[in-house]
Amino acid sequence: MQLYLPIADLPVNVLLILMMGAAVGFISGMFGIGGGFLMTPLLIFTGISPAVAVASVTSHMAASSFSGALSYWRRRALDPLLALILLCGGVLGTLLGVWFFTLMRSIGQLDLMIALSYVALLTTVGGLMVWEGMRAIMRANRGQPPMVKRTGSRNWIHAMPFKIRFKRSKIYLSVIPVVAIGLLIGFIGAVMGVGGGFILVPILIYLLRVPTSTVIGTSMVLTLFTMLIATVLHAVTNHLVDAVLALILMIGGVTGAQFGARAGQRIRSEQLRLLLGLLILAVGVRFGIELGIRPDELFTIRETGVSG
Amino acid sequence: MTRHAALRLLSSLSALLLVAVLAGAARAEQLIVSISNNRITVTTNYSGGELVLFGSIEREAGAALRPGYDLVVTVRGPRADMVTRRKERKLGIWVNTDSRQFINVPGYLAVFANRPLEAIASADTQRRQQLGMNNILLTQRVGADYGDVVPDDAFRSAFVRLREGQGLYRQDTAAVTFLTPTLFRTGIPLPAEVPIGAYEVEIQCFADGALLTKTTTGFEIVKVGFEQFVASAARNNGLAYGLVTALMALMTGWIASVVFRKD
Repeated sequence: MQLYLPIADLPVNVLLILMMGAAVGFISGMFGIGGGFLMTPLLIFTGISPAVAVASVTSHMAASSFSGALSYWRRRALDPLLALILLCGGVLGTLLGVWFFTLMRSIGQLDLMIALSYVALLTTVGGLMVWEGMRAIMRANRGQPPMVKRTGSRNWIHAMPFKIRFKRSKIYLSVIPVVAIGLLIGFIGAVMGVGGGFILVPILIYLLRVPTSTVIGTSMVLTLFTMLIATVLHAVTNHLVDAVLALILMIGGVTGAQFGARAGQRIRSEQLRLLLGLLILAVGVRFGIELGIRPDELFTIRETGVSG
Repeated sequence: MTRHAALRLLSSLSALLLVAVLAGAARAEQLIVSISNNRITVTTNYSGGELVLFGSIEREAGAALRPGYDLVVTVRGPRADMVTRRKERKLGIWVNTDSRQFINVPGYLAVFANRPLEAIASADTQRRQQLGMNNILLTQRVGADYGDVVPDDAFRSAFVRLREGQGLYRQDTAAVTFLTPTLFRTGIPLPAEVPIGAYEVEIQCFADGALLTKTTTGFEIVKVGFEQFVASAARNNGLAYGLVTALMALMTGWIASVVFRKD
């Protein structure tokens, strides 16, 4: 079934896009992440321009994180205060990100910049996760107990001023690193069309020692708001958000996520982390290879405006 | 009526007749053309199409019968500025480096003829009449200068090749077929990604390597209904469009969380 996308200006197969949304939704439900880092490359692969893909995926991320955040809210598994302070940085980061996106687009380096940030971020995060997952599995195989969380251990972050108490998460923390992390995630999200959950969750757990019970719900609230803002900003500045495309993705995505969540519960958590790490690493390496090999077509065309 | 006045009338009548004869000799042939559809609407299920151009070469009574006519049909879509960029290897990765801006070039460009252009007209005539992909003016901005370049310029040929790959530029010198010695037809294929706007069709008739006559017609491609609404809303009311999209995301997320609620 072909459908003409009004902003992307090309016909796509609705079933294909629905299936892609469902497949990414399945993975995102399974691992508790947004899945934007998979969705954007898949859309680019089907022929949609990177700029439209990034802008449209932001609204898809908003939908899936809202349904996730609602269910975590009902189970009281998110920290509203932590989310609010992350958001202060997140809003600013998103503004900067959309501004940077527009700038890169005008000088013709947007596609390169999207590819480069995918390579850098995904290979780093993926590599770390694979490493950590392998160690955890090896420990489990040797019959050792999983690494005990060093809740008492402190690092330089805990020496910063302006501390406040986050009651729901039971931590006492400076607001500076929280705002900074929000800023970073907002920026990355707007530029790359990703929710940033796959970076935010490890940072919150390992760096800020936020307990795992509240981390995913809190991360989803940040994703929700940064992606909502990014959607509106991309629509205002670049006119690139394809609402029809986004709606198809949302429907596929939220459905797939439900089945993914069920499947995820049957896999051991360290195996899950290893699988996710491998997936992230694979996407990053693929982008890297693409940059390194000589492209079939050295030239590209972009319309810069309708002349009178 | 005096004899003098009658003479004067006669002379002016003959002068008129002379003008008419001269005009007839200059334009012994006339082109009459028609397009199968003057307005193509792009709707939700649009996936490309084809128009048919029919035409006839009308000869004045008594005009010399020519052995054969040649036809060149040029279709130009809505004009836009486009940038062509070239990648080069820098620090091990392929980066966009050099670029050229094409000013006011057609978004769709098709050249159809009944036989190879070299056989229709001399290289000089081809250039003067802008016949064929190599001779149609594609203005580039090079620094502060405007102008077209030689057909085998790297950027120009890459630009044409890429547009051809998308089906937006094409040249087919066997597309025009004669049904009778003076009645002809050609198809105008339109890909799914066809630009929206007004199209201009120029039909040139040649004989013995010289342009006899030409005419123009046109058609338009418009988005209608939902597509038109969404596209114009996104362009003209970016803020409202963004807010509605964001609201749609919230609704979808909320519905999903209600539908799939487990507790």
